[in-house]
Amino acid sequence: MSILSMSKTLFKNLFHGPYTTLYPIKPKENFERTRGKIGITVDDCIFCGMCERRCPTGAIKVDKSKSSWSIERFQCIQCNYCNEVCPKKCLRMENQYTSPANEKARDEYIKCTNTQSPSE
Amino acid sequence: MGNRTVIPFGPQHPVLPEPIHLDLVLEDETVVEAIPRIGYIHRGLEKLVEKKDYQQYTYVAERICGICSFMHGMGYCMAIESIMDVKIPERAEFLRTIWSELSRLHSHLLWLGLLADGFGFESLFMQSWKLREQVLDIFEETTGGRVIFSVCDIGGVRKDISAETLKKIDNIMNSMEKEVKEITEVFLHDSSVKMRTKGVGVLSKQMAFDLGAVGPMARASGIDLDLRTTGYAAYGKINLQPIVEQDGDCYARTSVRMREMFQSMDIIKQCIALIPDGDIKVKVTGNPTGEHFTRVEQPRGEVVYYAKANGTKYLDRVRVRTPTFANIPALLETLKGCSLADVPILILTIDPCISCTER
Amino acid sequence: MDQQTIKTISAGELLSETLRLKNESYRLVAITCTNKDGMELSYSFEKNNDLLTLRFVTDTEEEIASISIMYSYAFLYENEIKELFGVNIKDISIDFNNTLYKIPVTTPFKKKEGEK
Repeated sequence: MSILSMSKTLFKNLFHGPYTTLYPIKPKENFERTRGKIGITVDDCIFCGMCERRCPTGAIKVDKSKSSWSIERFQCIQCNYCNEVCPKKCLRMENQYTSPANEKARDEYIKCTNTQSPSE
Repeated sequence: MGNRTVIPFGPQHPVLPEPIHLDLVLEDETVVEAIPRIGYIHRGLEKLVEKKDYQQYTYVAERICGICSFMHGMGYCMAIESIMDVKIPERAEFLRTIWSELSRLHSHLLWLGLLADGFGFESLFMQSWKLREQVLDIFEETTGGRVIFSVCDIGGVRKDISAETLKKIDNIMNSMEKEVKEITEVFLHDSSVKMRTKGVGVLSKQMAFDLGAVGPMARASGIDLDLRTTGYAAYGKINLQPIVEQDGDCYARTSVRMREMFQSMDIIKQCIALIPDGDIKVKVTGNPTGEHFTRVEQPRGEVVYYAKANGTKYLDRVRVRTPTFANIPALLETLKGCSLADVPILILTIDPCISCTER
Repeated sequence: MDQQTIKTISAGELLSETLRLKNESYRLVAITCTNKDGMELSYSFEKNNDLLTLRFVTDTEEEIASISIMYSYAFLYENEIKELFGVNIKDISIDFNNTLYKIPVTTPFKKKEGEK
């Protein structure tokens, strides 16, 4: 039976600094494999619709007639299934998270089929 | 005979990680009976098989619970693989075992913190969770997520761990062993912890068997029940002994979970030494037909997966029977005869994971 | 999961088979219900890593006896099946009378074809 069993840990903690980072003043660096959000190089996309069919939450919408690929940012669960089934490998998983916002956002990417530079 | 009062416990209470309601019938501060009421997190996940096909359902299955998330995904994938007769590569078996044991380690550290918080020992709670952060960093580095991994798939695993990362995990396990030993000395020998847990909520071996207790709750009462000895995944190739204590009170359950943590660190080191090279995934085509029962050992006990398929891409039925569901009758029995101040500790000793219970 | 066997019985033999398994010290693992071609009930028992399942098909009108007199902890499983599927199980030791989960829809698993 001991009473002061935590004293060794307490003594060490007196001289150690804080164990936490001062977020958001100091930014947190994510690891390389962190699943943050989905990004697309829309020039390679052929609008086949495989990612739309496989998405478990239905966050992706593909419109072949308008050449647009859109994703509902807050419905995406970052599972990476769309990336695995894409035949042209134009999707990638980026390691920064979507920043918090007050309203739901649908990001749309349109592929320009004329000679001008592509718009995002 | 004193006056009987009925006191509601929960669904909101500072010690509970998730909502559960108990009606406690008291006779002058001693609990005579407890009537449970669950259903606050019922999301109807088992009915979702009719809308998501069997490959998309992997993502739903691992989101049943946040603490035991990897093992839910693994159990579901093992059930479908047994129906479709798919043999996964050996490296994938070892990787699944490493992630399972890391899951067990972080779940027990979380539980130790909650137990310390339950009797007001806040600094011990913070120290346990500080150690848990190292395990969560390993998860983020290898799988991409701290809590939900999305790494288990039908036919193997999705991501590989390189040899340097495995060596890094080995070093982290060695340094963690010393730090966890300091914390466990406090739990096992401190006089204030002992006064709150020794002799409280005794469950004898016969009662534990008659009430269907599973996991550390049964092992602390002397029943030798550990599903890892059946040898699924890579457990057949490493040596492990189930950890059993005889007393059956809260102190014994704490001691079982603590020794399991050291056993997990040892199993991870054994797996890292034995892991072979090779593929991590096998391609799976077609639709499953048939049914199978799969049983996996989660940190809280035995979980049963039943899947029934009929040849189309939508499954007929998926049923998950989680260990907390099986431990609730044992909880109701230990509550009889204890005093009102011991109720939060007793509820915490079954390690309640209510979101698993009610899917 | 060393061995898994499924044994088909009739609804009337349930109590006698359960009593025989209890005397051989099997423990009840789970009670499952599937709604396909009738209500298919499966009672799973385990001993020494061998899983034995008793199975029979019934419908929502037939009265099924409760096994909570022999295995007291079966009341949770039977209440859940009664609430979600609508199977008529009588004499459960603690009967919640369809208030275990308090869902707004009655017996959601019963109407499967309309759901899809």
